[in-house]
Amino acid sequence: MKNEGTKGEGTKGEGMKYDILIAGVGGQGVVLASRMLALAAMKAGFRVSTAETIGMSQREGSVSSHIRIGDEIPGSLIPAGQADLLIGLEPAETVRNLPFLKKDGKIIVNSHAIPPASKPPGSPEYDPAALLAFLEAHVQGILCLDFTQLAEEAGTYRAANVAMLGAAAGTGMLPFSREIILAVLETEIPEKHRAVNRAAFEGAIERIKLIPGQPDGEQKVKLNV
Amino acid sequence: MTEKKLLMGNEAIALGAIEAGVQVVTGYPGTPSTEALETILRYADRCGIYTEWSSNEKVALETAVGAAYSGANVLVTMKQVGLNVASDPLMSLTYIGVKGALVLLVADDPGPHSSQTEQDTRVFGHFANIPVLDPANPQEAYELTKLAFELSHEFEIPVILRTTTRVSHSCGDVEVAAAEPVPVEASCKGFTKDRRWTIFPRLTAERHPWLENVQVQLSERFSGLPYNSVSGSGKIGIIASGVSALYVKEAVKGFEEVFTLFRVGTVYPFPEKAALSFLKGIEKLIVVEELDPYLEEQALQLVGKAHLPVDIYGKKNGFFPVSGEYNVDIVIDSVNKVLADLGETASLSHASPAILRGELPPLPVRAPTLCAGCMHRTVFYAFKQAAKQLKKDSQVETIFSGDIGCYTLGNAYPLNMVDTCLCMGAGMSIAGGLSRTNPEVKQVAFIGDSTFFHSGIPAVVNAVYNGADVTLAVLDNRTTAMTGHQPHPGIGVTALGSPSKAIDIAGVVRSCGVEFVRTVETGSLENCVEAAKEAMEFKGPSAVVFKGKCVGITKPFTRFAIDPDSCTGCGFCVKQLGCPAIFLPAGEDKPLIQDSCSGCGLCAQICPSGDIREEGVKK
Repeated sequence: MKNEGTKGEGTKGEGMKYDILIAGVGGQGVVLASRMLALAAMKAGFRVSTAETIGMSQREGSVSSHIRIGDEIPGSLIPAGQADLLIGLEPAETVRNLPFLKKDGKIIVNSHAIPPASKPPGSPEYDPAALLAFLEAHVQGILCLDFTQLAEEAGTYRAANVAMLGAAAGTGMLPFSREIILAVLETEIPEKHRAVNRAAFEGAIERIKLIPGQPDGEQKVKLNV
Repeated sequence: MTEKKLLMGNEAIALGAIEAGVQVVTGYPGTPSTEALETILRYADRCGIYTEWSSNEKVALETAVGAAYSGANVLVTMKQVGLNVASDPLMSLTYIGVKGALVLLVADDPGPHSSQTEQDTRVFGHFANIPVLDPANPQEAYELTKLAFELSHEFEIPVILRTTTRVSHSCGDVEVAAAEPVPVEASCKGFTKDRRWTIFPRLTAERHPWLENVQVQLSERFSGLPYNSVSGSGKIGIIASGVSALYVKEAVKGFEEVFTLFRVGTVYPFPEKAALSFLKGIEKLIVVEELDPYLEEQALQLVGKAHLPVDIYGKKNGFFPVSGEYNVDIVIDSVNKVLADLGETASLSHASPAILRGELPPLPVRAPTLCAGCMHRTVFYAFKQAAKQLKKDSQVETIFSGDIGCYTLGNAYPLNMVDTCLCMGAGMSIAGGLSRTNPEVKQVAFIGDSTFFHSGIPAVVNAVYNGADVTLAVLDNRTTAMTGHQPHPGIGVTALGSPSKAIDIAGVVRSCGVEFVRTVETGSLENCVEAAKEAMEFKGPSAVVFKGKCVGITKPFTRFAIDPDSCTGCGFCVKQLGCPAIFLPAGEDKPLIQDSCSGCGLCAQICPSGDIREEGVKK
């Protein structure tokens, strides 16, 4: 069922390893996206673990999930500089988690900013444009889109998380095929929300084809299954 | 036929318990332990498991004890601070022991992420003579849960399954016995009268040698278990348990000839025999563990006892952080410190990140906040106004004591309404103490509905009995909100979903002898301020029960909007409330109300120019 993974080659020259970090704000669907990736990884024949920040942080706080995929899974937290892919549902949260990204790692970022609920005196101003520029300046492989708007066009802004998974699958940034993750979408998303999520997922795949310089994922990465 | 499932650690524990034949499950919600009991609830009907959210952890344990005395297999779930509440029955229970099996899931929280303490349940097990199993991931959590039931049954003592946040709240592919859990046939013969169930000094004296002997037997047994394993072939030993062991494995990858790792899965009683044979093969020992230096102390003792020439590097001599959550990078840095001290040329290396933490631009602070439309915000704001008035009229200051729950977030800017917070149920007692030493200052204590039933009532009794001049504000949002909306004794429904008698908080307070008791809906700020003022002016214990509904479990029926034409841009709503739905775009002076508005209307009630209006039904 499983072919040799090509991702993560060069990490001490051993079995397949692919670390994904999803970052966002409470309520954006970080946990659901992470669960979908984990289930897809299992379907593709890999071992997997996820670690989420849940609890108090869900109240408008920063939320992240570490997803580790591979032939062998160590601890559930990704060490600094090891994430192969950073999926940022929000600009500031993407930048906050940059130290986890490896040097030639890839980023998919949602340009739609969520300002913090309150600004205690002395805390920094939130300038999303400056942070997005910072990302562009420091990371090579970056795909930046307003996924919230894209999801809204598909039916609900809430599906931005699934739209971003679509973008990840469409650019071949995931170690499994888009069909596998679509199959997970069918089982994991309740029926009444399924069509809109499928539309967001597929809408993102279509949209990224229009972006010049985005390689066709199927050719770029040897897929599993 | 085994089956692979993606399970959260807490779910894996629940499935392990069901397969071990658990018949009664009790607990009190507490992050990161809550999902274990919630998972049991999904199977409770099908597998015939009696499951309850108890009023607190002590009650949960005592309920479980009654069932275990009768020969049932029982599980009790709580977070680490819950164990403090349950410690009174637990300390005695060890002497009496159980029939059937009694397993406690206790979830520790290094960091801490959502707790008051960084206490270490491994040490508690040692203190209380209770075996402690320490899984590293969901798979081990599943297996060690089953082992915990086996051991408890065989040795007739309670067993603690101790997790940490990264075990309880991690998901992993877990190999389970079957796709849906199949409980083993468990028998519960019912209670048999015997003097062994009644603790008494003489009985304790009789049982103490037995209890100590069990510890020795368990240590022997643990030394032969595969959960304590040795890998690698180096002269530098590393001992670790729980998730720390996995961090070590990742950190020393490629250095297996330099290090030998001893992973301890059954941490108390310490598996001395296995440890001794490991220690004899090494020259130096590095101890890697979150929270307390428990393994380090065990190793120090053993090295002393066996006169082994092994130097030990851990927290006690400054090589490892004494507090906080560990990760691979912390382990690498700390091990490198040891290697440098030993004069080794080799060192472990970090991966190179896209950017170093120190190179990040300034980022917005995203502190956890009360939800948009949360009733607690209205109550805090009402007391703020009442206290201002009291100061203006009679130059009396007010101290606000908080409690544990979502409403601890009342401490945040701009509300700043929590001056003390200690533990569950402490707010009103602390306010009582403050009233004795600050007689010129008004004392107000906030408590949530679930916390009131958990441990708030004794403080009300004490305030009445000893005549403390304290105002109690009960924030009744009809749920245990912070941990994910569990029912409680005031709701009228049990964990299993059956109807029960809803206990009326105002009635309880009144029956304790509080003479001033008001109940107010939180929809009207004016009414809330009025009730707060009256209660604060009352001499002696007074209480107001504020009734609202948690926005986390109710659908908003309306929303509000700011009229941009007439808004004066004074920023009052933004500066006063800290509501996450009110957003002031950078560089502008007129705020917007976002989609997350749930229609509480608090902002409209305070807007000086009346420019915030109800917009009607939300889509």
